[in-house]
Amino acid sequence: MTDRPHRRSPRDLVGGRPDATYTLRFDGRELTAQAGQSIAAVLWGAGILAWRTTRQGGAPRGAFCGIGSCHDCLVTVNGRPNQRACLVPARPGDAVTTQEGTGRADLAV
Amino acid sequence: MPKRHPLDVVIVGAGVVGAACAYYAARAGLRAAVVDRGPVAGGTTGAGEGNLLVSDKEAGPELDLALLSAGLWRDLAADLPEEIEYEPKGGLVIAPDETALKALRAFAEGQRAVGVEAVEAGPAELRELEPHLAPGRAGGFLYPQDAQVQPAQAAARLLAASGAELHLGEEVTAVLTAGGAVRGVRTTRRELAAPAVVNAAGTWGGRIAELAGTALPVLPRRGFVLVTEPLPRVVRHKVYAADYIADVASGSAALQSSAVVEGTPAGPVLIGATRERVGFDRSLSTEALRRLAGQAAALFPVLADARVLRAYHGFRPYLPDHLPAIGPDPRVPGLLHACGHEGAGIGLAPATGVLVAAALTGAEPPLPLHPFRPDRFPDPAAQPKETGR
Amino acid sequence: MPTSPSDLPGPGAQDAADHPEEGLADLAVVGAGPAGLAAAVTAAGFGLRVTLIDAGERPGGQFYRHPAPQLGAERPEALHHGWAAFAARERALRAHTASGRVTYLPGHHVWTVVPQDAAQDAPQDAAPAGDAAGRAPAAWVLHAVAGPEEHAVAVRARAVLLATGSYERQLPFPGWTLPGVVGAGGAQAMLKGGLVLPGRRVVVAGSGPLLLAVAGSLASAGARVPAVVEAAAYTGYAPALPALLRNPAKLAEGAVYGGALLRHGVRLLTRHAVTEAHGTDRVEAVTVARLDADWRPLPGTARRIPCDAVAVGHGLVPQLELATGLGCATRRAADGTAALDLDALQRTSVPGIWSAGETGGIAGAQPALVEGEIAAHAVAGRPVPAALVRRRARLRAFADAMGRAHRPGEGWTGWLRDDTDVCRCEEVPAGRIREAVADLGAGDARTAKLLTRAGMGWCQGRMCGPAVAALAGEEQAPDRRPLSCPVPMRLLAGLPPADG
Repeated sequence: MTDRPHRRSPRDLVGGRPDATYTLRFDGRELTAQAGQSIAAVLWGAGILAWRTTRQGGAPRGAFCGIGSCHDCLVTVNGRPNQRACLVPARPGDAVTTQEGTGRADLAV
Repeated sequence: MPKRHPLDVVIVGAGVVGAACAYYAARAGLRAAVVDRGPVAGGTTGAGEGNLLVSDKEAGPELDLALLSAGLWRDLAADLPEEIEYEPKGGLVIAPDETALKALRAFAEGQRAVGVEAVEAGPAELRELEPHLAPGRAGGFLYPQDAQVQPAQAAARLLAASGAELHLGEEVTAVLTAGGAVRGVRTTRRELAAPAVVNAAGTWGGRIAELAGTALPVLPRRGFVLVTEPLPRVVRHKVYAADYIADVASGSAALQSSAVVEGTPAGPVLIGATRERVGFDRSLSTEALRRLAGQAAALFPVLADARVLRAYHGFRPYLPDHLPAIGPDPRVPGLLHACGHEGAGIGLAPATGVLVAAALTGAEPPLPLHPFRPDRFPDPAAQPKETGR
Repeated sequence: MPTSPSDLPGPGAQDAADHPEEGLADLAVVGAGPAGLAAAVTAAGFGLRVTLIDAGERPGGQFYRHPAPQLGAERPEALHHGWAAFAARERALRAHTASGRVTYLPGHHVWTVVPQDAAQDAPQDAAPAGDAAGRAPAAWVLHAVAGPEEHAVAVRARAVLLATGSYERQLPFPGWTLPGVVGAGGAQAMLKGGLVLPGRRVVVAGSGPLLLAVAGSLASAGARVPAVVEAAAYTGYAPALPALLRNPAKLAEGAVYGGALLRHGVRLLTRHAVTEAHGTDRVEAVTVARLDADWRPLPGTARRIPCDAVAVGHGLVPQLELATGLGCATRRAADGTAALDLDALQRTSVPGIWSAGETGGIAGAQPALVEGEIAAHAVAGRPVPAALVRRRARLRAFADAMGRAHRPGEGWTGWLRDDTDVCRCEEVPAGRIREAVADLGAGDARTAKLLTRAGMGWCQGRMCGPAVAALAGEEQAPDRRPLSCPVPMRLLAGLPPADG
């Protein structure tokens, strides 16, 4: 089986168009968001699958369970760490940054 | 069943106290078996925070035990794998106001007389010791001998190092006697013959005493612990407010709490623990959570925004006079007790193990056993009903 | 600067203190998925005052998850089977909310349910909530964390229906923590809710009927699905043929999935598993191997399939912590998970606490709708229509047959290497858990957790629980999490004191 010339997209399947599109920044890079998407959806839409590194191994992680259970998609949004990207709605102008470890290194004494 | 070498002792309980008894019995050349109806550290040990405290004990037999243990834990940290997470981090007791500071000073004076290191810290020094501590505290005392272990690991590694025969998931159904003297135990799977049986069943120690035909009034005292999200090191010591000391010695049945706040190598901050006598009630107490969270956030405002991931509870074994029962039971030859350590079992385990091993081999104990004798309580039949004032 | 618990900051504290209750509801329903939604609108139709509390932003739960209105999807039903059943109830919910009979609280995560009197500090020794005589307390308090600002809300109700649904059962394999490896349900949720895909070429793997649905959705939305890798053999359904034949609608649904898969050229490999995912920063390929009847990978059968994403899941696990926190009894379901023990009226063993849907055993959306309606009848004191009871029995029998066929075989741990992280949160490899079991006396999952930290992280063992239990040689115990979600410290500190 070969790829067909026109590949369907999720949007083709459900039709319609978003009320608005806007931009947010991920690690300084500008991404386009459709109104109503979660931060994780915006990142997946841009082909980004990882936005956190683990505490011990520094391994990259992103959304896994997609429903808020696994907490693997924790990310820092507008300076606030440990937000579940799969649940938090994207808002115009959000500054999303890769979260390293606990996301609270600033508190270390 | 294959023939085994005869056992010298059967230890009932695979918590940290039973494990320490097995460890020091083995060091004394004894062959031990450890029996537990559950897994390793399945009872109070697994619900503990791993406090090794001298700071909260006034001069007296329990402090003697704690000081002996503090030294033994240092030695164990060198002998056991690093997974036990021994941290000689020190305790910091905070006096909210001048009155509390005065009382704390007098308390520390008494402790110093018997060998406790206690260093007074003024408000400025407190901030240096704990940068996130809320300002406005009158002062406090630093206790460098206070330390921390990971309790389940400590119990498991002590047991592994002891080389004792392990029978986990086997409940003791009978303490076997002959002519009034102990000759072993029967479990749900086998009989274990030995001239001595050590009751290290913690909160369930009363039941083992009963099986041996005697009595020990061990009661459960519930405690809740809160566990936060993983954080970098935000709390360096074991930090608690001075009123904690009064709670430990209290006989009240009502909920008491004074949060002990500490960081862990794994990241989460632990906040414990409430003390209440509610039998074996396993339901959640939102009141306990409220008080622990309130006190922790009052000590360390930075914790107010941390998320609590988990709350758990355990049942501390306590005896009416808040001292453990350690040593031979004169009422039943061959029966020894090592239980009733309340919230201090992790800390007091090594000293308890050394005392039990000495009693088993007839060696001179490093501390007098008299204050801990198991038959010091009145006959239960004659005992007045607890009023829980 | 706060100096005592009483003046701690937090809008939540204020909310809880100023509005300790939105009145006393006749029924609080936790979860607005198929079961909870059906129960809430049915109960409201009988005149009950209902509070419907849901962690999600929109009703529907995971099954009927759909895009936010702002995303402007014209045909959300294209992502769903049985959309009409949902749409009708959603309309009813809107009507009942408008009339004030239902108070709908989306974005509220209930973290505990306690009997109202337990909020007092009085010593008590009742192990399960409710008293020894089996009476329900006069009221229950449901504590929730609400909204993105995480403030406190408390709801009081005479009766509680727990419709908390399920989460996906995950069995780890080497490489499963690589970006691009996602839950099958997760991929489905992200597609249904956000109209996005994890990659262009997605291997769907694991076990259970959900895989076919996920593969169908992903393919319809434009992904290539080179294979659906199913660990069970569909011949496992044979003993259950009578149950299958009594469920023509279910068979038709299967045929729809099958047809869609054929149309998209998706290959179904049964008795196979993904035993490793390869890649450095993201998944680039998987190794697929044939399994024996116990799910043990067969040597010499491994082959590589290139892909840029993997959607994996091994069925679902009932989400029980609110129920077990109350002392509700559980049973072992056919699929190996722990589920609530419910009676014919959807009552738990704790008087005053009801449950419907996946919490009573994984069965899908249709029986959940039915059970929600049965529970609503029972709570309202109405006779339960016989047709509903028959329908539940039929659908449950079907679900049990499926659950049995897809129950994980014991051999699956054979594909775990010692360096495979089993606990994603705390990064605990299988070798450490094996050591705890073999050398340190951990004969059960709880002790393995105490000794290794597996299950102690953010997700509280939801992802690694089945695996840790399997490595400890036991079946997964019912969920026990006194806090069902992370709760900010300030919110706990701001709870109303017990003594007023």
